[in-house]
Amino acid sequence: MAADPRVQHLLRRAGFGATTAEAAAFSQRGFTPTLDALVDFHSTPDDVDALIGQDGYSAVTPSAGGMDPFSPASYINDARQRWLFRMVHGRRPLQEKMALFWHQHFATAYSKLANAVGGPGATQMMAARASEHPSGLRGEIELFRDYALPYFRDLLIEVARHPAMLYWLDGRLNTKARPQENFAREVMELFTIGVGEFTESDVYAGARVFTGWNLRRIGDARDPLGFFEFFYNGGQHDTGAKTFSFPIHADGSKTIPARAESGGMQDGIDLLTALARHPSTGRRLAQKLWSFFVSEVRAPDAGFVDRIAAVYTRSNGHMAPVVRAVLSSREFDAPDSYFARFSWPVEFVARALKEIGYAGFTLNSALGPLSNMGQQLFEPPDVAGWERGPAWFTTAAMLARMNFASTLTRVQRDNIAAAATGNGATPEALVSFYLDRMSPAPFEQNAYASLLNYLRSGPAWTGSAAQLRVKAPGLIHLIGGSSEYQLI
Amino acid sequence: MKFSRRDFVRGGISAFSVGFAAPQFLCDIALAQGAAFRNLVVLYLGGGNDSLSMLVPYRDPFYAARRPTLAVPAGQVLQIGRDSAGNELGLHPRLTGLRTIYNEGRLALIQRTGYQNSSRSHFEGTDIWSTANPLSTQGPGWLGRYLDTIPAPVDPLYAWNTGAEVPHSLLSRLVAVPSISNPAAYAFQSPNGAAEAALEREAAMRMSSHLPLHRPHLAFVNASAQAAFATLDRVAIVGAYAPTVTYPANGFALALRAVAAALATQIGTRIFWVQTGGYDTHAAQGGTYTTLMTTLNDGLLAFYQDLSNNGLLNDTLILQFSEFGRRIIENGSGGTDHGAASVMMAIGGRVRGGIYGTAPSLSPDPSNPTLENGANDVRHETDFRSVYARVIDNWLGSNSAAILGGDFRGGPDFL
Repeated sequence: MAADPRVQHLLRRAGFGATTAEAAAFSQRGFTPTLDALVDFHSTPDDVDALIGQDGYSAVTPSAGGMDPFSPASYINDARQRWLFRMVHGRRPLQEKMALFWHQHFATAYSKLANAVGGPGATQMMAARASEHPSGLRGEIELFRDYALPYFRDLLIEVARHPAMLYWLDGRLNTKARPQENFAREVMELFTIGVGEFTESDVYAGARVFTGWNLRRIGDARDPLGFFEFFYNGGQHDTGAKTFSFPIHADGSKTIPARAESGGMQDGIDLLTALARHPSTGRRLAQKLWSFFVSEVRAPDAGFVDRIAAVYTRSNGHMAPVVRAVLSSREFDAPDSYFARFSWPVEFVARALKEIGYAGFTLNSALGPLSNMGQQLFEPPDVAGWERGPAWFTTAAMLARMNFASTLTRVQRDNIAAAATGNGATPEALVSFYLDRMSPAPFEQNAYASLLNYLRSGPAWTGSAAQLRVKAPGLIHLIGGSSEYQLI
Repeated sequence: MKFSRRDFVRGGISAFSVGFAAPQFLCDIALAQGAAFRNLVVLYLGGGNDSLSMLVPYRDPFYAARRPTLAVPAGQVLQIGRDSAGNELGLHPRLTGLRTIYNEGRLALIQRTGYQNSSRSHFEGTDIWSTANPLSTQGPGWLGRYLDTIPAPVDPLYAWNTGAEVPHSLLSRLVAVPSISNPAAYAFQSPNGAAEAALEREAAMRMSSHLPLHRPHLAFVNASAQAAFATLDRVAIVGAYAPTVTYPANGFALALRAVAAALATQIGTRIFWVQTGGYDTHAAQGGTYTTLMTTLNDGLLAFYQDLSNNGLLNDTLILQFSEFGRRIIENGSGGTDHGAASVMMAIGGRVRGGIYGTAPSLSPDPSNPTLENGANDVRHETDFRSVYARVIDNWLGSNSAAILGGDFRGGPDFL
């Protein structure tokens, strides 16, 4: 059956696009059952990692070189490949999409961690699955997967006490004698309520709240199985009361009371709970979800933000109903929301692999191009994350996208030539065949004409196998590198 | 404040899109411009630079007292003399190349630059320095507003960002600034051989040639593609440049190398943006800052020598800033938290070298007029906009009052 445009729209936004087979299968099920399957992803097994290294999927290349196996819990480039693999082949696309959303929201960069604890330790903090850790501690990205759609407050608390964040924003060094403001500032400015909703003295009070939220090393420095874990160090906690400019407790009081060292960790829980409950947090998340899922062309309707923020409040910050409300909103499905989102580099790459082909392509070859496109996974430029929307489309990044399409079509030449056979009787037929498979935004008339002109340029069109081996990859390169294809 | 670059770019799209013109024509314009204009390289130290470690008031009795582990020892600083108030100052010990440039009279150090009610937020602070407007950080950046004054059609390589993202300072209503961190990778590839590749490039150029006004987001991407095609061949020339000195192998130095290459090959670019991060030294600042200063010094020295060897020093100005300075007192992590005023540097053959402004007194007395925030942060003495004004008026030959939206003339006369 032909792919349903609404379902394709949903799969581009709530996932990373669809192969021809996936688009057909989900179209058969219809929009709402597809949405249900995406949101209720726990009913689908998370078995994709077992496919890594098997024939018929994207390949990976161990980055350690030599005979070392693929080690995504120890080498960051292996971790990057695993995440890309999950985007391309995973059966829980919305979980990966939300993991990406949270990675952007709680932007943490590997390199600072690696400077402090070395590459393997930092990779472990960022990307290890619980089963890959000597003590079962999840890497930060696993946290984002596990808390993809549960309660925002719980995610916020888990992030605040995660070793990656305690390194990234220096909480590990936050002590009562010298409180450390880095995390306290960003948790308010970027992770929850936003600029304008807090004062400088809130930052100072916040730093005191988190004194003693430190780390300790398990095993000595030479122990290859050593690692860091969260440690509430009561002796370093500032036990005095802390007062904020916004309500902390449900009764409206703005003061966290003085607490003994032993119970002082509750200060941080109180503050994070208050920040998660603050009305500005729900509204900021609604706005972010709008630009992530709905549109970057239109500003969010006030009504949309109100509605989604209300779902957030009503559900105590449960993200599953919030995201479901976003994806089932009339704004999401409005015609002017289609292709109204600038694809992120990893979205572009994953979708291109799904739609153009991945057999024989190693994801390691995508890492350099992704960096040139402006997005290296686990390496956001700063705590505010990547600059999105049109900002992805610098001239160099646009060239990098065109060039990735070139690299991929070169690798896929045999598959492309095989698929083109029987579909290339005329240039029009070939263009139509690939526009169907690749589902780009509608082509402008001149761009469509340029595709046909390209096929007709050079030797006269015969549609021979030899001609298709050249022209079909050239055509897909042009479609994949087109501006229309950069929109999702 | 709810500023977002995305919102701005969206708001500016239609004007920006129609400002684009035919690529070949623009190349000719760029070449015709020759070397008649002066070059500006803006250098941003990202994260909030600790000026008290870069330009050290090593005789201040409170310096060592308030920074028990971070104070650069008086015996190690590179002494460069006194400011107009008689404060003895020294550069960080790793800034040996900058001391050489200083001794040649081509480095100006402008102390205590900032603005009233300094933001302690990286993002708001950067937006304020970018827009030169502490009250509203919406809209184009100060360099973008300068670009908007250049008669159309503007060469798409008039400005060049060496970083991954176009900085807010360079956001313009009419000019799309290309981001090129690696000239060698700035090329159009093809899955096919040379003849077919040429056909693909021709087709890709035609596909992006149309800017549909009813689809501004598509027009925006097309405009980026157009700018890429319009700049490819000239950037290839830059990529082939062999520098006259050896640059360190780090991203900062390689960015400066690309700038020197663009200047030496005379492709017409006048404004460059270079940035280097890691200055947000909340923890373990001592070793980190030494590394930062080494990177800064070695990159700048190589760049300076390369410019000098190419006879470009007199045509080039390097202007350095950071979004804020840092707290005077150390935190418990051997680092410093966000502060207020910092130091700016200007380097170039036509710069009047020297020390401008006066160092703060670091006395913790709350009434100390050179400090703020309970005598914990450095209070600004020179409004950073007066530094911009001098660059705009005396270097770019434009009108600072129009670009900055006010008269900030009369600041330090380093140009």
